[in-house]
Amino acid sequence: MRFNPNTDADRRAMLDAVGVKDVADLFHDIPAEHRFPALELPPPLTEMEVIREIQALAEENVNLDQFACFLGAGAYRHFTPSVVDMVISRNEFYTAYTPYQPEISQGTLQATFEYQSMAAALTGMDVANASHYDGATAVAEAVIMAINVHRLKRKKIVISPTVHPMYRQVTRTYTQGMGLNIVGDVSDGQNDFRALLGLCDNETAAVVVQNPDFLGQLHTPNEMQDLANAVHEHGALLVVATDPIALGLFTPPGHYGADIVTAEAQSLGNGLNFGGPYLGLFAFRNNLVRRSSGRLVGETVDAEGERGYVLTLSTREQHIRRAKATSNICTNQALNALAAAAYLAAMGKQGLRKVAELCWHKAHYAADRIGQLEGYEIVAEKPFFKEFVVRCPRPVAEINAFLLDEYGIIGGYDLSQDYPHLGDAMLICVTEMNTREEIDDLVEALAEVNQPGVPLELEVGS
Amino acid sequence: MSYKYDESARYAKSHEWARLEGDVVVVGISDYAQDLLSDVVYVELPEVGATVSAGEAVATVESVKAAEDVMAPVSGEVVAVNETLEDTPEVVNEDPYGAWFFKIKPSDPSELDALMDAAAYEAFVAEEEAG
Amino acid sequence: MSEPFIYELGEPGRHGVDVPDVDVPETPIPAEFVREELPLPELSEADVVRHYVHLSQKNYAVDVGFYPLGSCTMKYNPKVNERMARLPGFVNLHPLQDPATVQGAMQLMYELQAMLAEIAGFDAVTLQPSAGAHGELTGVLIMRKAQIARGQGHRTKILVPDSAHGTNPATTTMSGLRVVELPSDKNGNVDLEALKRELDDDLVGLMITNPSTLGLFEQHIVEICELVHQAGGLVYGDGANLNAIMGIVRPGDLGIDVMHFNLHKTFSTPHGGGGPGSGPVGVTAELAPFLPGPIVDVDENGEYIWKWPEQSIGRVRSFHGNFGVIVRAYTYIRMHGAEGLRRVSEDAVLNANYMQARLQARGDYPIPYGHRTCMHEFVAQGKISGAAGVHALDVAKRLIDYGFHPPTMYFPLIVHEALMIEPTETESKETLDAFIEALTRIAEEARTDPDLLHTAPHLAPVRRLDEVRAARRPILTRTPPAHRATK
Repeated sequence: MRFNPNTDADRRAMLDAVGVKDVADLFHDIPAEHRFPALELPPPLTEMEVIREIQALAEENVNLDQFACFLGAGAYRHFTPSVVDMVISRNEFYTAYTPYQPEISQGTLQATFEYQSMAAALTGMDVANASHYDGATAVAEAVIMAINVHRLKRKKIVISPTVHPMYRQVTRTYTQGMGLNIVGDVSDGQNDFRALLGLCDNETAAVVVQNPDFLGQLHTPNEMQDLANAVHEHGALLVVATDPIALGLFTPPGHYGADIVTAEAQSLGNGLNFGGPYLGLFAFRNNLVRRSSGRLVGETVDAEGERGYVLTLSTREQHIRRAKATSNICTNQALNALAAAAYLAAMGKQGLRKVAELCWHKAHYAADRIGQLEGYEIVAEKPFFKEFVVRCPRPVAEINAFLLDEYGIIGGYDLSQDYPHLGDAMLICVTEMNTREEIDDLVEALAEVNQPGVPLELEVGS
Repeated sequence: MSYKYDESARYAKSHEWARLEGDVVVVGISDYAQDLLSDVVYVELPEVGATVSAGEAVATVESVKAAEDVMAPVSGEVVAVNETLEDTPEVVNEDPYGAWFFKIKPSDPSELDALMDAAAYEAFVAEEEAG
Repeated sequence: MSEPFIYELGEPGRHGVDVPDVDVPETPIPAEFVREELPLPELSEADVVRHYVHLSQKNYAVDVGFYPLGSCTMKYNPKVNERMARLPGFVNLHPLQDPATVQGAMQLMYELQAMLAEIAGFDAVTLQPSAGAHGELTGVLIMRKAQIARGQGHRTKILVPDSAHGTNPATTTMSGLRVVELPSDKNGNVDLEALKRELDDDLVGLMITNPSTLGLFEQHIVEICELVHQAGGLVYGDGANLNAIMGIVRPGDLGIDVMHFNLHKTFSTPHGGGGPGSGPVGVTAELAPFLPGPIVDVDENGEYIWKWPEQSIGRVRSFHGNFGVIVRAYTYIRMHGAEGLRRVSEDAVLNANYMQARLQARGDYPIPYGHRTCMHEFVAQGKISGAAGVHALDVAKRLIDYGFHPPTMYFPLIVHEALMIEPTETESKETLDAFIEALTRIAEEARTDPDLLHTAPHLAPVRRLDEVRAARRPILTRTPPAHRATK
């Protein structure tokens, strides 16, 4: 076995040093009747063989290099510059553990500190932590943090129905043993701040909204500031989930009163990867830092006064505070945060803004053209960023099957499960990766699928 | 190791000292406790006006590697907290018997009698060290 | 030499990526939404590359050298794993694509679920949790919900041995349950009498790490599981130390009801400087209905489908899990097969016992449980006879000068001055010998020149860092102050 270097002679010498005859003798503590079970696993493969098998599995999938994609809904196809993959492929980064020994982990530590700094700058917040698992768990952790900030005395959480459905589900999963009262997201799916504020009272620990919201719509900074003020009047925290690409262009939550900002930051230099690993961006105000969850890197000096970085404020964390920790998180998404940092560094001030502008213009071009089609209606009360809702003349599943089969297009997200009141509605996502030609094809295909004579029952892959 | 003791204070097994000053009990942590913790980096104090009972965790003191509760040695109302510790936690190490955490107006001053005097506490510390 | 902070590099006007021009008619962007300034760095592509290459050179990693960090299983990460995880047919898949378009990816997940279940002796597995602690939360929420389903919702108590990782008690609290700590006995096993005293009608279950964080196999594990079950409790297995027992024993066969796997430990996926990991959870048939959804199943036509377990605790993250990590672990298991995995565990345990025996023979460092055969790791103490002022920390820092990553320090908490050493199976006898040699020389230095240790490391990119200063007056970001939320 190539990964285990010891030869039979080495093993013999080592067994002698230990004073046992056979390696099996090392397992005498294990109940004899359960020792050495025969595992039924596929036979071992050489590297050549394993590549062949796994490549075959990969090739069975319809991948987005070959198909135009208008699917978003929390996972986005943005451009990743080549430098990002180079950075995260450095062996010294990706094969290191958590930087427990700062003297030989300055690379990871400084890169994480820089990620924290850029994430804070992007969101307009004071502090960002080293990461949570993804956008959904970041929201759940924000809710738990808000409960902790109020020292467990407030048990109510108000959450908008236009927060990503999975973020809301995960928040409920995480907090199911905490006896919380989570309200606000059972209305008709409108991001109506008045309705949310009507639920907010002096028992409320946090109000959670998303901007741009799950349906792509944007609230103005003034509306958000008014919301923040009202939430703060009740002594509650405002949690805002956001899209980090949108922050290349739009006023960040830190400038309109958010106390905790979360984001699915997969968009920042991380591939789609069929859903993970992603990146939970988590930023907050200075006054909350002692109740915050997740790992933090801080700047300090070494014994000779040189600048250096360490893991800090660890007393919040599970390995020290154990049952009283603010979260149980340990392993996080460090390499994904590194990718995000390299992405932000490479894109820089100009690049990220331009990416966001491209998303805006292309999405609006697509919406404008689709809105002119007979039978389609753009459902948007507010400006949107890169996603918008289209009410369709037929069930979305049928339309998507047609798009895939006839045009090689992966259509938008079918909203009928999460927002049934919207009817046959599709959430279409357009990013800088979608060419004008792709958008025009989509428009043509949508027009065609509404023509009489197009079969109603289409099966994917048929 | 030899530690400092304040002869005028009484001590809890959880290493707080409590000193009766007028009608309030002033509370801090002992020299032994600060030495065990090493460099104190953060102190979290209770709210003034809070009602506390003896043995209840009401404050926290943290070093880089540990976070310990500070218990109320007597029951009563918190009437003052030492906010200077929030900005200069190092005084807990430098002057443990001067760096008070909070003051309690006791509901039952006789609870102080249940605590150890300096000599008894010194013996208790010696036992802890040996264990 | 210190590498500049990223905002100290570059010049206004530089950028590292050329973004294409707009190729569609433009739509005006309402001014009220637009941010005034975007305080990001301005670097060329080469500036970015050099910055990160410089930073990487300040890192120690498994691909640099020996990394015997106890409880972390820092084994070599096969490079084919990386190649497989980067296949376009995996990287460029959207998680919400129609299942019919991602059958290959779902097949891989289905097979990994089955292989993990087989390796650890469970009936069902979810791949959704993103890390070990995330798997623990999943598992404890499953136990809680299963107790409710049994009509035992009044139960609130989780037992956790005092040698456990901090994640165990932290997870318990997060789940709304309460922790009762169990002492260990003189052999490092759970104190059975203490356990028996806690077996009452309030018991949700026990969380146990086996092999334990002392590197010892719990000698009464079957009896412990039986006792907990008799009291109406469930047993959670913390799978952090699975690397010792693949093909040796299956936790499910011993009576464990639910367990998380750490793909980033046992199954060779890289740690990434702290993540991403992956923490799949395996359960018995009784607990399978409570798994988070969706999991991959196969229908009567042989098509892979997403399935929601009937009484699911809910999802624990968005989408399906850290798929990129899952691909790597799958690759690893397929290369090893049953015999290969058993060989992994045998060699991991042999390497640890060899180190323990040699260190014990030298006698410089106490090994409190050295009278027992260890599993894949063991705990020594940084208490060197004749060098009273030297601590585990000093030994660890001095090891850096010898070119090694130090062991885990000061854990488990029940051993004073703990140095927890886990060599893994991918290290050669020469490497282990060199490490023992270094420890011996350090013990000698501790007696003759203790200051050399107190001021170590001497050969690292930086000297000892002031952690007290970092914690007293935290500097957690540096950004242009005008852009901060709190002015």
